[in-house]
Amino acid sequence: MFRLIITRVFLGFATLFAVTLLIFAATEILPGDVASAVLGQGATPDTLAAFRIELGLDRPAYVRYLEWLTNALQGDLGVAMTNKREVLDTITPRLYNTLFLAGYAAAIAVPIAIILGITAAINEGKWIDRAANIVTLGAISVPEFFIAYILILVFATNLGWFPSLSTVYSDMGFWQKIHVVALPALTLTMLVMAHMLRMTRASVLAIMSQPYIEMAFLKGLPRKRVILHHALPNAAAPIISVVALNLAYLIVGVVVIEVVFVYPGVGQYMVDGVSKRDLPVIQACALVFGSAFVLLNTIADILAILLNPRLRHPR
Amino acid sequence: MTAPILKIQNLRIENLVGDVLVDNASLSLMRGKVLGLIGESGAGKSTIGLAAMSYARGGCKITGGHVEIDGVVIQDLSAEGRAKFRGRRIAYVAQSAAASFNPAHTLMDQVCEMPVHHCVRSRIEAQAWAVDMFRLLELPDPANFGARYPHQVSGGQLQRAMAIMAISANPDIVVFDEPTTALDVTTQLEVLVLIKNLIRDYNIAALYITHDLAVVAQIADHIMVLRQGKIVELETTQSILNSPKKTYTKELVADRQTSDVFREIILKDDQEVILDAANITAHYGDFKVLKDVSITVAKGETVAIVGESGSGKTSLARVIVGLTKLTSGDLTFLGKKLSPSLKHRSRNDLRKIQLIYQQPDVALNPRHTVGDIIGRPIKFYFNRTADEVRKRTLELLEQVGLPADYYYRKSTALSGGQKQRICIARALAAEPTLIICDEPTSALDQLVADEILKLLQQLQDELNISYLVITHDLGIVRRIAHRTAVLLNGELVASGATSTIFKPPFHPYTEILLQSVPELRENWLDELSARRAI
Repeated sequence: MFRLIITRVFLGFATLFAVTLLIFAATEILPGDVASAVLGQGATPDTLAAFRIELGLDRPAYVRYLEWLTNALQGDLGVAMTNKREVLDTITPRLYNTLFLAGYAAAIAVPIAIILGITAAINEGKWIDRAANIVTLGAISVPEFFIAYILILVFATNLGWFPSLSTVYSDMGFWQKIHVVALPALTLTMLVMAHMLRMTRASVLAIMSQPYIEMAFLKGLPRKRVILHHALPNAAAPIISVVALNLAYLIVGVVVIEVVFVYPGVGQYMVDGVSKRDLPVIQACALVFGSAFVLLNTIADILAILLNPRLRHPR
Repeated sequence: MTAPILKIQNLRIENLVGDVLVDNASLSLMRGKVLGLIGESGAGKSTIGLAAMSYARGGCKITGGHVEIDGVVIQDLSAEGRAKFRGRRIAYVAQSAAASFNPAHTLMDQVCEMPVHHCVRSRIEAQAWAVDMFRLLELPDPANFGARYPHQVSGGQLQRAMAIMAISANPDIVVFDEPTTALDVTTQLEVLVLIKNLIRDYNIAALYITHDLAVVAQIADHIMVLRQGKIVELETTQSILNSPKKTYTKELVADRQTSDVFREIILKDDQEVILDAANITAHYGDFKVLKDVSITVAKGETVAIVGESGSGKTSLARVIVGLTKLTSGDLTFLGKKLSPSLKHRSRNDLRKIQLIYQQPDVALNPRHTVGDIIGRPIKFYFNRTADEVRKRTLELLEQVGLPADYYYRKSTALSGGQKQRICIARALAAEPTLIICDEPTSALDQLVADEILKLLQQLQDELNISYLVITHDLGIVRRIAHRTAVLLNGELVASGATSTIFKPPFHPYTEILLQSVPELRENWLDELSARRAI
């Protein structure tokens, strides 16, 4: 088992390495470069060439890749080409904001989704099962900005409970932040719940057809105990992996929500970077997103290994 | 005269689409008595067994009659009321202990769950009781046995643990649903003795469900013969065995008796040896599954490989077909050396060795028609036109005794025996020299299995094919094999003409195997355990 975990961690690193290669390759094939973007249409070929040399864009790609990779490994994400500020300094508070929002949404969505999923499985085919399915499916069937605007209309404009803009500052108190970020967190909750709920329900129900579940019923145990004690531990692995996938989505997939609520997260920073062809910014943001994905999925896989009694207690 | 502990009257069970699974079944069971339910798969035995607990599997429904336990009609109770009976008054022992124990919990947790839940014993009392029972049923290291997980113990041990779990809340009735079918003959014998003792010592009333008449004859006071959901005959064990009244029962008894009889098969001499596996050794990782095993198969001959699970018999077959690589040894097929790896074998070599699998259900693609399935190897190996393929397929269908209109059917619409016939036709389509049959009849009912064996023999007479039959069932061996090889822990312990192998002087292990096959006499088990104990 220990070897399996080590292998999985190693694979995580290997994936991350592949991600860095892809990120660099992708930024290489972006049309245009920062020089033409910064200097605009009035640039002559001479000034462009000079500016490129100044930025180091004339050197071969693999040299720049290795340089970028070694710097990134040492925590140096480079300097933004457009405003000459350290990327790391800009990205750190934004990453904190992104994680805050993701954690906020996850803290609401994960417990509700799993509990509702299990409840739906216990009451398969009854009204609560159908209601949970219809509501969550409805929520993911409409575009995310639509939900966002509906929530703004109801809770910000009509009821006035929460602000419609979620701009946060570093000097805000914790509870003040919770209040300000409530609407984007709620929107995200509705987006990720359906997937987790349905997966929990499906995994639990798949286990319900196993002979040992029939055995548990024939032992005279109530349905609740059969599901919580006998089905759930065996359904945990797929549930964990779908939770990890959704947590990753909360971190990387929220650009639209950030724009709607003017929330200063990493996603917006990346969009700015792309529009200005600011390679170090794009690369840094992509690296953060990629790492979040790899990290969460690795953790999910390791948990699944730890939860498997066959691996935990070998013969 | 006391009242019966379990009484079922005019029971009728239907599935979702309204097919009648059990029709008008009635029985009554006295305290301390055992009723055997016997029949083919689909006869409704398990359905009745579960109905006794007022439980019906997915989609099925009890639509008539009633089940009474100790005077209470349990299907009239609420779900909670029924749950109070299950486990507490009537418990269940399932066929596959490996699938019926929860892989996520220790055996102790699962054994103690019922007594604690039904408030029969406290957790501490239940644990102490379980350890005593582990000791009584001769499980290894009884004090720590409960700390293990299901995957950490063997099938026979799990089945014993399941029997302990069933009686953990002191039930009045236990439903045994084919408790020994998944076990090897020698393990089956041990578990059978233990179950018999438990029933006697704890004065339990039992429904014992099985398809093996000889097994049920050892345990039951009465036997109910079922067919297609209807009761054929319900009599004392003695009367069923000695003077069956209905035709179907007579057939069952007669067929079981012939499998006890040793049928002399004349050894074919001077036949060309087609397969020579010499000094085969093979490993799974570091584990040696085959140790220096040698066998030969001659033209038109049936060779049986006999052994329990884990003996290496399937590994030997896998080595011969090239799925498992041998570590050392030689394979010679039709005078030429056979590559140990599947990838390096010529198409002709592949064609000449075909396989018939244990489970025809999973060996056939459910999306393909019978014509596709049989026609595929003809197209693949012989490059014939569509018309020729069709003609040949129809020929093969006739050869295995299936009507021509099955050509367009899907295999899912057929019975187990018919599916196995299609597997045989598919193997024949490649025009092989050798067919490897991996437990070809163990998934089939007794009478159907008998027909398949007859078909295999008939095809051998017509086509002069050789069979290598892998089996744990000595009944099959005695009926069809010219020569037999006995494997134990990857080693060949005996080999030779079947008639010699099964006549004294035996190899000690062969003798144990032979003795362990249940015989169709009432007192066989008692006699044997008495003899063994001495």
